[in-house]
Amino acid sequence: MLAEYALLLVGTVLVNNFVLVQFLGLCPFMGVSNKLETAIGMSAATTFVLTLASACSYLTYTWLLVPLDLTYLRTISFILVIAVVVQFTEMVVRKSSPLLHRVLGVYLPLITTNCAVLGVALLNINKAHTFSQSLLYGFGAAVGFSLVLVLFSAMRERLAVADVPLPFQGAAIGMIAAGLASLAFMGFAGLV
Amino acid sequence: MRSAHAIHGGIHPDEAKALAAPGKLLDAGIPDKLVLPLSQHIGRQPEAVVAVGEAVKGGQLLALAESPMSVSLHAPTSGIVTAIEDRPVPHPSGMTNLCIELQCDGEDDWLTFTGISNWRATDRTKLIEAISGAGIAGMGGAGFPTAVKLNGSPGQSIDTLIINGTECEPYISSDDTLMQIDAPSIVAGAEILAYIVGAKEILFAVEDNKPTALTAMHDAVAASESECQRDVMTFPTKYPSGGEKQLIEILTGKQVPSGGLPAHLGIVCQNPGTAVAVHAAILEGKPLTERIVTLTGEALGKPGNYRVRLGTPISHLLAVTEFDPSNNRRLIHGGPMMGFALENSDVPVIKTTNCVLVPTEQELPTPPPAQACIRCGHCAEACPASLLPQQLYWYARAKDQEQLEKHHLFDCIECGACSWVCPSHIPLVQYYRAAKGSIIDARAEKIRSDRSRERFEARQERVERELAAREAQRAARRAAAQKKADTDADDDPIAAAIARAKAKKQAADEAPSAVPDADS
Amino acid sequence: MSLVDTQPVLAALIALLGLGITFGAILGFASIRFRTEGNPLADQINQILPQTQCGQCGYPGCKPYAAAIAEGDVINKCPPGGQETIDALADLLDVESMPLDAEHGEEKAPKVAFIREAECIGCTKCIQACPVDAILGAAKVMHTVIADECTGCDLCLDPCPVDCIDMIERKTGIQHWRWELPSDNIIASDRAAA
Repeated sequence: MLAEYALLLVGTVLVNNFVLVQFLGLCPFMGVSNKLETAIGMSAATTFVLTLASACSYLTYTWLLVPLDLTYLRTISFILVIAVVVQFTEMVVRKSSPLLHRVLGVYLPLITTNCAVLGVALLNINKAHTFSQSLLYGFGAAVGFSLVLVLFSAMRERLAVADVPLPFQGAAIGMIAAGLASLAFMGFAGLV
Repeated sequence: MRSAHAIHGGIHPDEAKALAAPGKLLDAGIPDKLVLPLSQHIGRQPEAVVAVGEAVKGGQLLALAESPMSVSLHAPTSGIVTAIEDRPVPHPSGMTNLCIELQCDGEDDWLTFTGISNWRATDRTKLIEAISGAGIAGMGGAGFPTAVKLNGSPGQSIDTLIINGTECEPYISSDDTLMQIDAPSIVAGAEILAYIVGAKEILFAVEDNKPTALTAMHDAVAASESECQRDVMTFPTKYPSGGEKQLIEILTGKQVPSGGLPAHLGIVCQNPGTAVAVHAAILEGKPLTERIVTLTGEALGKPGNYRVRLGTPISHLLAVTEFDPSNNRRLIHGGPMMGFALENSDVPVIKTTNCVLVPTEQELPTPPPAQACIRCGHCAEACPASLLPQQLYWYARAKDQEQLEKHHLFDCIECGACSWVCPSHIPLVQYYRAAKGSIIDARAEKIRSDRSRERFEARQERVERELAAREAQRAARRAAAQKKADTDADDDPIAAAIARAKAKKQAADEAPSAVPDADS
Repeated sequence: MSLVDTQPVLAALIALLGLGITFGAILGFASIRFRTEGNPLADQINQILPQTQCGQCGYPGCKPYAAAIAEGDVINKCPPGGQETIDALADLLDVESMPLDAEHGEEKAPKVAFIREAECIGCTKCIQACPVDAILGAAKVMHTVIADECTGCDLCLDPCPVDCIDMIERKTGIQHWRWELPSDNIIASDRAAA
């Protein structure tokens, strides 16, 4: 039982990492990874949203859509759930750290359109996870996202002060670095 | 019996010490004129106490230290003060500073002094005053006011005094020479210093490339009595073992904490030249007016260790040592690692001038232009302070002050080991010096702007307070006038009418002037 | 349920509406619970600004400009702060640094005000204008600038009726000299070309 959950976690964090292996959630990954502090703030926000949204969408599906035989509405209702959770998170962030709120800017409400969040919600249904499995899956996806975001922002901070040739400066060298990191993570394939 | 420890990093450049024949002291003589910068130390400039045209004798006070972090200045020989104005001084900027120019009369007429022979029975503060009065600053190269170092901070007890005879930098052999010819004075001076700081242990540090000096120190210690436990310690030659913090780690195994001082470990370090100066100041009452300077480099015909009066222009020394300019490009004040180039050879020798290096182009070639950093990491291997020079380099280029402080920029001793090993010839130390300068300026700027903000906010408060007070006064006056109008109305209807009209007029007058005066 | 079989669209709409109302209620409650007062971000920005209170940015002081930046105004309007302040603000707010807006002035060497005392009439107009109270004096009494407190904002120049105030550059000596960053030439041919 515990082994099963551990494997699920390792699978979502490393082997099938949502950002570098499944290529979901690339928008905040590239947009918010300039500074380490911002990246940590963003990963905390996304972890909160992913875990909560994963749980809420599972509950919405199981208690509302399935009994009412409205499973075809799952996409739109999951988006609704995610939007609410993100709004809630934005209020909490603005209260606790106005600087982080100003710095994250538009990327905070854009978590709503983060395909990783919707992806987690839909994949939970596809894989017919139980509630605890859904929760863990969402949490694992968030940990994987945070891990990669923090690693990448540390790399980008170093890239920012390195002497990168002019055509590659900015997003270009970031993309190349992301590609190389993705290659590295694909080395985990077959682990689980 | 202590044993030496090893430190991280360090390099082994070519020693090149034999060129100046350490152990043999020559005399540079007295030039025609001496140029004495008032500031030859870290801290505030002393105030000149002589006037232009005044005749002075050798050892006479020329400038008095007015504040604790200041050091006095004395005449190295007799003569007449011909000017007190800005002159070029030995400083990497090549800028000028206030100097006293002394026209030497060739008589070398000196004042007589009285020392404190029974210094063990004298109060420590009196001894420190005598040292301060003798104008002694650290002679190892930094020039920290010795009196301040000996005073220490309240509550800080010192157990160990270290006499730093390491002299790890190539070419320089002034301390080596001093140890060979006058080891007893160094030991006696150390005794006085130990008494002042209350140390129970004295360690004399000599690198193993100075066997004659080592023997001389051993003999001097054996031949003298002491209240302290003394040890002459030697250790393998490595640059920069002579750095204060590095030496402490070598001799004691303890590391001075980041941003801390040796005093926090109960240790005080002094240069052997400073110890000899202290000895002369206490026992004979003589002020600091001369020092041993290593004049070396293949462009000199007669390199050697010379006894030089402070204020001697380097051009005089170049003449004495038969300088050959044909193959020379640089005149270096200090050694090849931590010295700086001089533009003007007329600058004088000061208390911190331990060496003047005049190399030929083949001997010390001008460094090739810097290339890109290849991130090899040799600099981190060489750093004696266990810092990350590569990271400091990138952050210094990016001017990232926060990261520089996180990587302990201010623990860098600017020894130059990292630049020396860099395969791309990047002048790493220059980046760190520039970065330190801008951080220091930014800190000072922050203090200034915080103060301005406080004053501004205080002023806002005051203006609002005054406005409110004025409003209250007006309201009170209006109420009083109204009250008066009411009481008058009771007695006489006509008077009441007049009073009412008056009150109304007053209110009308007050209304336009409700605008505060401050905006006129 | 029967409604779902007979009226699937209506059932779907009701389900979604129910969901929406529930969530709307949660959000409404949260917006009251997590209401923010004041603007601590403006204070953080104000700490970085140089506090000359000169008004060259177009705002009546540094605090109003800080509040404006917190609302979204550009960061390059402060000449006394110079490029360093702009870079620090860019770092704080995680935006791109930009050069100083020339419309608001140029970065000049720091200056200090100096009153030519022979011409001063003791009117106190400059004292009232100084935002940091750096002028000492009173009515009919000699006025003088306290140099250490003066920020060089030159707000005292205009009010003076006899025009007796000069802005002079601050003296720098060997004590203020600092090492310069080595030039950035990467390879030898760059240096030769420079």
